[in-house]
Amino acid sequence: MGERGKNDEMKHRKTNFETVSSDHEKAETEAPHMQDPMGRPTTPPNKPHARLGREVQARIGQQLRAMYDDVVNQGVPDNIQDLMRRLGDQDKN
Amino acid sequence: MKLDPAIRDQVLGTVPSLRAFAISLCGNIDRADDLVQETLLRALSHIDSFEPGTNMPAWLFTILRNLFRSEYRKRRREVEDADGRYADTLKSHPEQTGRVEFEEFRTALAKLPSDQREALILVGASGFSYEDAASICGCAVGTIKSRVNRARTRLADLLAIDNVDDFGPDRATRAVLAGGGR
Repeated sequence: MGERGKNDEMKHRKTNFETVSSDHEKAETEAPHMQDPMGRPTTPPNKPHARLGREVQARIGQQLRAMYDDVVNQGVPDNIQDLMRRLGDQDKN
Repeated sequence: MKLDPAIRDQVLGTVPSLRAFAISLCGNIDRADDLVQETLLRALSHIDSFEPGTNMPAWLFTILRNLFRSEYRKRRREVEDADGRYADTLKSHPEQTGRVEFEEFRTALAKLPSDQREALILVGASGFSYEDAASICGCAVGTIKSRVNRARTRLADLLAIDNVDDFGPDRATRAVLAGGGR
């Protein structure tokens, strides 16, 4: 039971960006420019565009996480460690 | 105040991510650290309202965001355009926001409306589900999804990485795909 919950959570985290990508793709598919003014089917020219969309989104995701993780990797600053320690000491007194 | 060591560890474990989120909201490390401290004091003085076993990061992020918003409301009189001010902060004190290598991305991020930036960070960097992000921001899940999508589209434009030439290694493949319509 506990393990199942854990797996669900991990799956959840992992799929965050895939969901975003597919949403983005769906938005593109539904966009009006799908209509060819000449009346021909426009699927082939749209295909590379959708694919590029995924690459762009993946790249944005990577940069975003790199920037964020740069701060996360700094850990807990000393002043906050001190604060938490002081609050812990208060408990004992 | 009685602080369970397990709870304290959970709080401490969330601090690095909470700090990264605070910096993305404030655009200034010193102000962000003050905001994190304020958040922790607030959280620990209301620790009884936290249900053990529920999502500690989401709880702390919600408190931090609310504190930031109420502080922003207080300052609104002196600051008409929060996003403009945010961008200015980055321009005048780039050294306060982090490493130079992220500067271009950070500048683009600063140009987004604050609600879009916040949604993108929560889902794309902090790793929250859309549901948790919606609960943190006090809005509907669909609203978060649309903000994230708009943020990503706008970022792609600002960074001009929709330019085909930015994807060098794949050029031959693209040429084939582009010619495939004929």
